[in-house]
Amino acid sequence: MKKVSQIQTLIIDGKEVGGKSDESILQVAKENDIFIPTLCYLEGLSDYGGCRMCIVEVKGMPRLVPACTTLIREGMEVTTNSEKIHNYRLSILALLFTERNHICSACVSNGHCELQTLALKLGLTHVEFPYIFPKMPVDATHDRFIADHNRCVLCGRCVRACHEVEGAHTKDIMGRGITSRVITDLKESWGSSKTCTSCGKCVHVCPTGALTEKGKSVAEMEKRRQFLPYLKLMRERR
Amino acid sequence: MSRELVIDPVTRIEGHGKVTLFFDDKNEVKDAQFAVTQFRGFEKFVEGRPFTEMPSIVERICGICPVSHSLAASKACDSILGVRIPSPAKKIRQLLNCGEFIQSHALSFFHLSSPDFLIGFDSDPSIRNIVGVVNKNPQLAKNGIRLRQIGGHIVEWLGKKRVHPAWVVPGGVNECLSEEHKDMMLKEIPEAKEIILNTLKLFKGMIEDFRKEIRTFGNFPSMFLGLVDAEGNWEITDGYLRFIDSKGNIVADMIEPSKYKEFIGESVEEFSYLKSPYYKKIGYPEGIYRVGPAARLNVCNGFSTPLADKEWAEFKELERGPVLSSFHNHYARLIEILAVIELEEKLLNDPDILDTHIRAYADVNEYEGVGCVEAPRGTLFHHYKVDKYGLIEWANMIVATGNNNLAINKSVLQVAQHYMTGTEITEAMINRVEGVIRAYDPCLSCSTHAIGMMPLKFTLIDSDGKIIKEITRG
Ligand code: SF4
Ligand code: SF4
Repeated sequence: MKKVSQIQTLIIDGKEVGGKSDESILQVAKENDIFIPTLCYLEGLSDYGGCRMCIVEVKGMPRLVPACTTLIREGMEVTTNSEKIHNYRLSILALLFTERNHICSACVSNGHCELQTLALKLGLTHVEFPYIFPKMPVDATHDRFIADHNRCVLCGRCVRACHEVEGAHTKDIMGRGITSRVITDLKESWGSSKTCTSCGKCVHVCPTGALTEKGKSVAEMEKRRQFLPYLKLMRERR
Repeated sequence: MSRELVIDPVTRIEGHGKVTLFFDDKNEVKDAQFAVTQFRGFEKFVEGRPFTEMPSIVERICGICPVSHSLAASKACDSILGVRIPSPAKKIRQLLNCGEFIQSHALSFFHLSSPDFLIGFDSDPSIRNIVGVVNKNPQLAKNGIRLRQIGGHIVEWLGKKRVHPAWVVPGGVNECLSEEHKDMMLKEIPEAKEIILNTLKLFKGMIEDFRKEIRTFGNFPSMFLGLVDAEGNWEITDGYLRFIDSKGNIVADMIEPSKYKEFIGESVEEFSYLKSPYYKKIGYPEGIYRVGPAARLNVCNGFSTPLADKEWAEFKELERGPVLSSFHNHYARLIEILAVIELEEKLLNDPDILDTHIRAYADVNEYEGVGCVEAPRGTLFHHYKVDKYGLIEWANMIVATGNNNLAINKSVLQVAQHYMTGTEITEAMINRVEGVIRAYDPCLSCSTHAIGMMPLKFTLIDSDGKIIKEITRG
């Protein structure tokens, strides 16, 4: 039986808005053209709440909450931006840059990268934390795609797209914390994967230059993500 | 007691250089070393990267000639793909190289070197700079800026960004030339030609005043290397290697650049990050050869454009064999500016230049590739090896200044021997050391003397390694 959702009203940034009870703060904000930065969120994939870019303040709640995984409630009062929130977001972004090797000028995604765009949009002018410069491999064994762990932000979009949309579950994340790494099957080379269907969905949902098409030169990798919500919608209708 | 004199330009991050002079017991200069600490690590840190990124990564090697590096890299990548790039792409790349030559040569001549000619090697360093030129001959300064701008336009209108165009790609280029930009470029040609012809006239009128410098600025017999086309004419973007000896005899000709290792050996010295290549058959260090503007004019049979060819014939009259003095790089640079302007015109009037078939696609077909072009400063080699997935396993680059490394050492020695009296450090000597280095227009030139004067540090060291004198200027 289909769940019946109720209409709730709430206040976001002083504006009275309404949404369905199974909608997240992020969804309602989007419907009302209120900008909340996101990175691991992608319309058409399940909500993960991993990157913490979308943190917002909810009146009465002691901590900041991710807007993508917090459902709206009647009478809620949400603030999407404040100095405190902004500073947290900047720190999160800065840490993402220090964790891997982001050399935009030599990156295939330069100019079409969500991480880069976010940094620009939020005004990240410098990084205070020391860079780690990890030695990360590039997996170019697949015929058509390249996985460059130097550029991965562990958003898990590829894992979700592969599992939820393509149904292959070739990609996964192993390890913990800073040592986490996106893997193919049981940590095999992408080219030898028996489960990968070479559909390319992971490549196109990846926000950065971590998963790309082979043969692309710097700044040439443009991702096409529009297909995803449509695909999801059509499948739900069936 | 033998002594060591170190001239150490205090530079910004890019391009550290330092000159060391060695003295014998009689206080005579017996050897000179010119050390460059640039290019450190590039060959190493590209390991593991997809080869398709190379044209853009290597653009970061140098702020003045990013185009040369990306062209050489793309050509190496073309051979890894195993493709012959479409002819329009080839022509567009040539056009891009023209822009780079105009830009870079104009910077070298007008901005960096003209103060020496106009204001004089012996003048006060505080006025011997571009500001001094503006005061003395404002038109020349203006012309220099304008010419640089015209060259810059080519790069900008083709490659979108003036300094680092992420635009030359393996297999060709990633965008074609628009009709509008073509017309804009064509429109600037008459002015560019006029400027360079006038400058040539002016410079030729001054040559006599620099007899002494001509005699001492790297004036010694050596081999020369440069690219030539299939007819043996001057060439900068494609073509074959040609070596000539100091008498002008061709010793190796029509060599595919991919075979460079059969002809060029590379020795590494402790004191410099720059390799010292030498002509293999003669060995190190006698196999010294020079590259760059004068070398290119020395090796070729002439130009395939009329105005430059005429100037070339006159240039060749300077000496019976090859023109040996490195001072004449300045002269050759001006002739080359004229040549690339003519070449630019020719390319722009070729209907192919607007063709949209500009890129060939392929997977990795060869595990090794060599790319070679003439950079404004001389012949440039990029050599990569990749694994079967296209990740770089090994890279070797011989940059123009590297090719000239041995020659620069020798030239500095010649100047020092001529202008040093004992261990006395004189302005005249410093200025000439600076000047002879500048004649080669080495890559560190922009960072070290953008204001017209190299910040120099002189250290006098005796044979026990003790500092006995230290002078800093700049
Ligand atoms: S993935 Fe994005 S942020 Fe990282 S290097 Fe590439 S363009 Fe820059
Ligand atoms: S590979 Fe891309 S999509 Fe996958 S976790 Fe890394 S950044 Fe996210």
